[in-house]
Amino acid sequence: MKYICNIDGKQKIDVRNLNFYYSNKLALKDLNFCVKENTILALIGPSGSGKTTLARCFNRMHDLYDNNRYEGAIYIDKTNILESKIDLIQLRDTVGMVFQKPTAFPMSIFENVAFGLKLKGIKNKNELKDRVEKALKDAALWDEVKDRLDKLATHLSGGQQQRLCIARAIAVDPEVLVFDESTASLDPISTSKIEDLMVELSKKLTIIAVTHNLQQAARVSEYTLFLMDGEIIEYDKTNIMFTNPKDKKTQDYIMGRFG
Amino acid sequence: MRKRKVVNYIGLLISTFSAIIGLFFLFWIIVSLVEKGFHYINWSVFTSNAVSPGDEGGGLKFAILGQLEVVGIAALIGIPSGILGGIYLSEYGKDSFLANIIRNVSDAMTSIPSIIIGIFVYALVVMPMGGFSVIAGSIALALLMIPIVISSIDNLLSLVPNELREAAYALGAPKYIVIFKVVAKEAIVGIVSVILIAVSRILGETAPLLFTSFNSNFESYKLNKPIATLTVTMYDYAMGPYDSWHHLAWAAAIILTFSVLLFNIASRLFSYWRFSR
Repeated sequence: MKYICNIDGKQKIDVRNLNFYYSNKLALKDLNFCVKENTILALIGPSGSGKTTLARCFNRMHDLYDNNRYEGAIYIDKTNILESKIDLIQLRDTVGMVFQKPTAFPMSIFENVAFGLKLKGIKNKNELKDRVEKALKDAALWDEVKDRLDKLATHLSGGQQQRLCIARAIAVDPEVLVFDESTASLDPISTSKIEDLMVELSKKLTIIAVTHNLQQAARVSEYTLFLMDGEIIEYDKTNIMFTNPKDKKTQDYIMGRFG
Repeated sequence: MRKRKVVNYIGLLISTFSAIIGLFFLFWIIVSLVEKGFHYINWSVFTSNAVSPGDEGGGLKFAILGQLEVVGIAALIGIPSGILGGIYLSEYGKDSFLANIIRNVSDAMTSIPSIIIGIFVYALVVMPMGGFSVIAGSIALALLMIPIVISSIDNLLSLVPNELREAAYALGAPKYIVIFKVVAKEAIVGIVSVILIAVSRILGETAPLLFTSFNSNFESYKLNKPIATLTVTMYDYAMGPYDSWHHLAWAAAIILTFSVLLFNIASRLFSYWRFSR
């Protein structure tokens, strides 16, 4: 399909001829697009359209399961991350992910945030402390947990756990952060806190956010990519797409006629 | 509407009655054990060894320590191999052909009569070694433990939500870190319970020990020699002709029952403590 790349700024990710298969089922069909650096790209589309499948390509999450297959290329800066010689551990340092459900590990709040740092080989106690504190501050959670960093993280509320997961992901300084419907299970107040956080974070890193929530896409994202049946229907600046969609399908979806 | 209420009531009645029957016998065993055996428990039971047959007094020190040795070594063999086996099934083998074979064989082995294990180890270890030994007894008990631990760990770990594994992988964790730092930690309460329950399961075994560690009237803890255990000693003393032996058999029965009970209560307390933290 046609390559879409009308961005006004530096390019961070370039997707070329991307096909993705679950066993023999083609889930993403010949995607060609680029993503601007330090912005929020929203992936929208009806259930089963391939949003999550696409999001999970960026950190090669699909490699965890047998019979999944990629074709084509995804360049982050100049590196094709779909090449087989790519070090997945290093890739996942560069591309972080926040999941739909909060996934606090069964350890203390501090240990949760330090998890990725320790994997990177940071052992110095003071450096760990500083970076955990910075990550928690950046995730707007520090004030709520600074007095109980040694308590089990699983006792936090859902919204706090999700911000903890964000802190954990940004602690290792990723360049790209993928949100996979990360506010879908949260209450409106927690959701708006996380949306503010995404906007703040997008000043320093590139965010790809899968969302079912069109208002959310409209509120936070600069660009929106509309997927259906594994194909790109439309990809444009969010304010243009939501006010003046070019494709009939986009229009119908945004108007809530299906989905 | 009325009919449903009546059926409901009858169901409740039957299940309550069944529960009472079950509990009744359990309490009967414990009460009669305490009633008949408790006054034979005294300090010398724990501190002195066997005296000449028929003489008054004597104690079970040799059998208690022997039991600890046989069960302890069995646990050292059985728990790590069982846990690693369970980890293999749940995290590596998953639904592969080999994993399913191991899973089914292990499930089947949990219900093999323990005396068969005893005879198997007799042929495998006792005959080549030329005699009964501690190590043979421990191997027999370990073989009893392993399938129980494998199956329970496999089930426990498969209950850990996959999102947690993915979250750890997404942070760049290698597989062994995901398993030991995240998955095992999430299931730690269950793992400790499995260990305690598996130990209490082999604590009361007699039949496999009759063929393997046999018995001894002397305090000896050499690995290649037969050894006294509480269960086998209790079996011998209860069958023996002397009153003093019968008394010690009661004492052994009480010590055994309450240690098994203790292990079970400990496993409950552990999960309670863990969840209330």
